[in-house]
Amino acid sequence: MDNPARATILPVMVRDYDIAITGGGLNGPALSIALAQAGFRVAVIDSLPVDTRADPGFDGRSYALALGSQRLLRAISVWDAVADHAQPMLEIKVTDGRAGQGPSPWMMHFDHAEIEEGPMGYMVEDRHLRRAFLTAIAADDRITHMAGETVVDQTVTPGGIAVGLASGQEVQAALLVGADGRSSGTATRAGIRRTGWGYGQTAIVCAVEHDLPHRGIAHQFFMPHGPLAILPLTGNRSSIVWSESDAEATRILALDDDGFLDALRPAFGSFLGDIRLAGVRFSYPLGLSLAQSFIAPRVALVGDAAHGIHPIAGQGLNSGLRDVAALAEVLTAARQRGEDIGNSQTLTRYQAWRRFDTTTLAIATDTFNRMFSNDNPILRAARDIGMGAINAMPGLRRGFIRQAAGLTGDLPALMR
Amino acid sequence: MTSATQTIDPAEIAKFEAMAAEWWDLEGKFKPLHMLNPCRLDYITTQIAAEFARDLSTDKPFAGLRILDIGCGGGLLCEPMARLGATVVGVDAAPRNIPVAQLHAEHSGLTIDYRVGTAEALADAGEQFDVVLNMEVVEHVADPLGYLTACRQLLKPGGLHICSTLNRNPKSFAMAIVGAEWVMRWLPKGTHDWSKFITPDELFDLMQRAGLDPVDRKGMVFNPLTWSWRLSDRDLSCNYVTASLNPAG
Repeated sequence: MDNPARATILPVMVRDYDIAITGGGLNGPALSIALAQAGFRVAVIDSLPVDTRADPGFDGRSYALALGSQRLLRAISVWDAVADHAQPMLEIKVTDGRAGQGPSPWMMHFDHAEIEEGPMGYMVEDRHLRRAFLTAIAADDRITHMAGETVVDQTVTPGGIAVGLASGQEVQAALLVGADGRSSGTATRAGIRRTGWGYGQTAIVCAVEHDLPHRGIAHQFFMPHGPLAILPLTGNRSSIVWSESDAEATRILALDDDGFLDALRPAFGSFLGDIRLAGVRFSYPLGLSLAQSFIAPRVALVGDAAHGIHPIAGQGLNSGLRDVAALAEVLTAARQRGEDIGNSQTLTRYQAWRRFDTTTLAIATDTFNRMFSNDNPILRAARDIGMGAINAMPGLRRGFIRQAAGLTGDLPALMR
Repeated sequence: MTSATQTIDPAEIAKFEAMAAEWWDLEGKFKPLHMLNPCRLDYITTQIAAEFARDLSTDKPFAGLRILDIGCGGGLLCEPMARLGATVVGVDAAPRNIPVAQLHAEHSGLTIDYRVGTAEALADAGEQFDVVLNMEVVEHVADPLGYLTACRQLLKPGGLHICSTLNRNPKSFAMAIVGAEWVMRWLPKGTHDWSKFITPDELFDLMQRAGLDPVDRKGMVFNPLTWSWRLSDRDLSCNYVTASLNPAG
C-alpha cells in the first residue's frame, strides 16, 4: 500500500464513480460512452491533455474498422461524426508477394457482394475517431474526463477500489478498467503478469496519395520479411502498414521521404499509379503481449492491455472494441440484477466470454505471421495451395469474409 | 417465538447455522447458491419491474418499494435489492447469519435492516411489504400452508410474492440429492429432504389456499456446458420459481 493513511479509511467508502477507466485512447472512451448509456457514472483517466487528443493534423495512423466495430460506434452514437470520413472496404485481395517478382498467381479475393450485410468494414483515420470520441465524452454528463492525469497507485477496498492520481486526487469506484495499452500500468499494479515475445519485425505506418482510384479495395501482400497492407482511405489515398525485419526497417526509416518512397515502390507496385507521402511516417516494434489474466480483484482489462497482437489481420482495435461491447453488456446485465459490478463473479463472466476468443486470435495471427513472413519454398508452396483452395470454395470464402467483417463468434448485443 | 407460530423445523435451522460463516465466499460452501443467484435475480427483478412498472435501466429503479427476504442468509438477495434502491428487511431464523450479513452490507456501503426472526413473527407484528421474497425456503418448513399464509399476511394489497423451491420427482431426486449432495458435494449431505419437495401444482394449490393468486411460474435449469443456470418456460422438472399476488382490496 503506497499510502499508509489509506488503510485507516475503512470500511465504508462513498463512491465517486461506478467505474473508473484508465486510458484515453479509443477503447477507453468507447467503453465510457457505452457504460454511460447504460446509466453508469464513469471517470476516464487519460494521461494526455485534451489538446493533444484533439489535434486535427493527420499523423498517418488509421484503422480498419470491421463491420461489427462500426455497428458498436453506431450504437454509442459516435459513428455519425466519422461516417463522412470513412472509406468502405468493398474487397480484400490477399497475395503472396516476393520483391522483384511481383505477386504470385495464387491469391485470395474476398468481395463484400458475397455477404448480405454490406461492406466488410471501413477505413477511418485515427484523428477523426479521436475527435468524435472527445466530443461524445464531453457531451455526456455521466462521464468525467480527467485529462493529463496519471495513476500513481490503486488499492482494493472492501466494496471497491481507490485510485490515486499524480495530482493528489483520489478516485473511488466499484471497478477499475485498464484500457491503457500493452504496457498497462493498471495490470502491473494489479499484479497481472504478461506473456509474450517480439517478432523481430517493425511496422512502418504512413498514408500515401496515388494517381489512380483504389475502388475500395484493400490489399495484403505477404512479403518475405513481413506483410504489407495497402488499405483504402477517402479520396485517392491509402494507408500503408509495412512490416519489415527490424534491421531493414531501421534502414528504411533512416531514408528521407524520397528515398522512403523509392524503397516502397517495388513492394507497392504500380497498380495505383505514382505515389506520394500524405502525412508523417510512424513505426512501432511488433510483438505479442498477452495478460495472463484479464481480471483481478476490482480490475478488468480491455484491448491491448489484455491482448496486444500482431497487426497482420488488422484486428487489434476490432478485438479491443469487442472487449468493450462484451464488458459493457456484462456490467449492464449485472447492474440491472442489482449485482456488485466489481466482484469476481461478474468479472469472471467477462473473462470467460473474451479470453478464449482473443487468445485464439493471438495464436492465429502469430501462426499466420510465421507462415508468411519467410521465403521457405515449401511453406510458400503450401500457403499458395492453401490460398488457392480457400479462394476456390465459396462457402469457406464467405466464412472468411464474415470473419473479416467481425460478424462471427458470440457477438455482443452492441455489435449486432 | 411460540410453538404456535413456529413452522420452521429446528433441525433444519441447525444445519444452516453450521454453514453460515462462508456465505460470501464465491468459491466456498455457498458456491452453488452464488451460481444460481443471477438466474434468481433475473426472475425477481423482471417480475418486480413488471408488477410495479419500474424501468430497470434507470438509477435505483426499486426506490420506494419495501421488500422482505425470508431466510436471507448472508444477504445474497437483500444486497442486490438494496442496490436497486429498495428498502430491504432481511430475516433469518439462524441468528449466526445476521451479523455476517450486516457486516457485509456495511462493506458494500448498503443499508439493510437484518433481523433474527421468522415470517410468522413478522406477520404477527403486523409488518407490511410490497414484495416478499421466499426463495428456497418452503421445502424446509414443517407447515407449508401456515408458512405461505404468513407470507400472504405480510403483503400489502396487490403485493408480490416470489417463491422458488424444488419439484418432487425422480429427476429432482437424482439432481438435488444424488447429484448436488452426494456426487458434486455442492451441499452437505442432508441439506434437503426430498420428501418435502413440492410439485408446481401442489405449490399453486397451497398458495391459493393461503389466499395468494398465482400468476407465473418458470423453471431454473442448470446447463453443465456453460456451468450456469437459466430460466425456462417449459422445464420445471427440478428447480422452479413462481410469482403470486396478494389480491388487492
